[in-house]
Amino acid sequence: MGLLARLENAKLLAGGQSLMPMLNMRYVLPDHVIDLNKISALSYLREEGNTLAVGGMTRQRDIEFSDVVKAKYPLIHEAILNVGHRQTRNRGTIGGSLCHLDPSAELVTMGAAFDATVGVQGPKGKRDIPFAEFPAGFMTPAIDADEMLVSVRFPAWPKGHGYGFVEFARRHGDFAITSAAAMLEEDANGTIKRATLTLGGVAVTPQRMRNVEKALVGQKASEDVFRAACEECRKVDAIDDVHAPASYRQHLAAVLSRRALVAAHGRVGGRA
Amino acid sequence: MSGETRTISVTINGKHYEEEVEVRFTLADFMRQQLGLTGTHLGCEHGVCGACTILFDGRSARSCLMLAVQADGHDILTIEGIAPSPDKMHPLQEAFRDNHGLQCGFCTPGMLTTLLEFLRDNPDPTEQEVRIAISGNLCRCTGYQGIVDAALDAAKRLRDAKATM
Repeated sequence: MGLLARLENAKLLAGGQSLMPMLNMRYVLPDHVIDLNKISALSYLREEGNTLAVGGMTRQRDIEFSDVVKAKYPLIHEAILNVGHRQTRNRGTIGGSLCHLDPSAELVTMGAAFDATVGVQGPKGKRDIPFAEFPAGFMTPAIDADEMLVSVRFPAWPKGHGYGFVEFARRHGDFAITSAAAMLEEDANGTIKRATLTLGGVAVTPQRMRNVEKALVGQKASEDVFRAACEECRKVDAIDDVHAPASYRQHLAAVLSRRALVAAHGRVGGRA
Repeated sequence: MSGETRTISVTINGKHYEEEVEVRFTLADFMRQQLGLTGTHLGCEHGVCGACTILFDGRSARSCLMLAVQADGHDILTIEGIAPSPDKMHPLQEAFRDNHGLQCGFCTPGMLTTLLEFLRDNPDPTEQEVRIAISGNLCRCTGYQGIVDAALDAAKRLRDAKATM
């Protein structure tokens, strides 16, 4: 922390799976690189009450192979299999991914989907940032230059919730052109009690589709209900770039959202 | 800042090295240029092609996305260290030769190191699992079919070898 405050134009190096390519391509030209890889105290994954607490330097691989994540946070398990490849998950960290804040990054989408809390530390001490306030803009986290991310806390959903993560990318492990993450709670009659739906890769920051969530609560879950509600996703202000035009992303947003919700519904109560 | 160096101590393919290295060097450049271990190939140098994959403390990693100084105190396996002896190939290498798993050979070091870890974790994979495992390694010659065949054949050879031990 002292180094980060003292040195001019310094960069923190976590897993290096985004910063190193940017260094290699001379996109970023720091005078100092501070390696966090020896800080073992920042690498942990544990349950704290009804939340999953993950240290900033926890490798994506450790999240992928965690029994707790698989059993109680299955959406994160399903999403992380789409994060890069084995070679990059072995090195890449959750803190690095969140601070890089690529809008197509699956862990960024998870932060939004779960309303996670990001813990940061700086010269003035520690503070918590609700994930909704974490993205300050395109690939820009709301962290001061002398602060660093130290932890992420994901609140658990009740046992028996449904989950679904689907994404479209050119090749397995590539950046998602669009991804959708959904979780559902339903009562015994199949009426939706609670819903979360997040789009990744569509806009400059992850998009929680709160209008869709609101429209779903109180309805009896069915593919037609999901299809109608997901039309709202076509209205998202989408990125237009070399990979796909905005209209294509908006189309994917509606289709993938429906598929994620259908998958989530199919898994409610441990079905399938 | 150019020219600033650190002394690192690293084990590569069982051999110990104490080397002074420029802090700006990637691990891949250090191994290739300073140690002459040119078996590790550099394709894209930004973590997309997988040619530079090595095993870092037994886990696959892209050596172009690490700094040489980060290897201090760690154990590395490269393509040069896979074969059991200079005149005998690893079963994975034999399977690649027998199944046309390579043509120009540029991607092969990364394919072999990636698959070495994968087959250790998953000795009896499906074809789909193999394809996902090598999704981070680009090959522009084979169309991947020969590589997938080689990986499945290697898995069988490794299982058979284990059964007869």
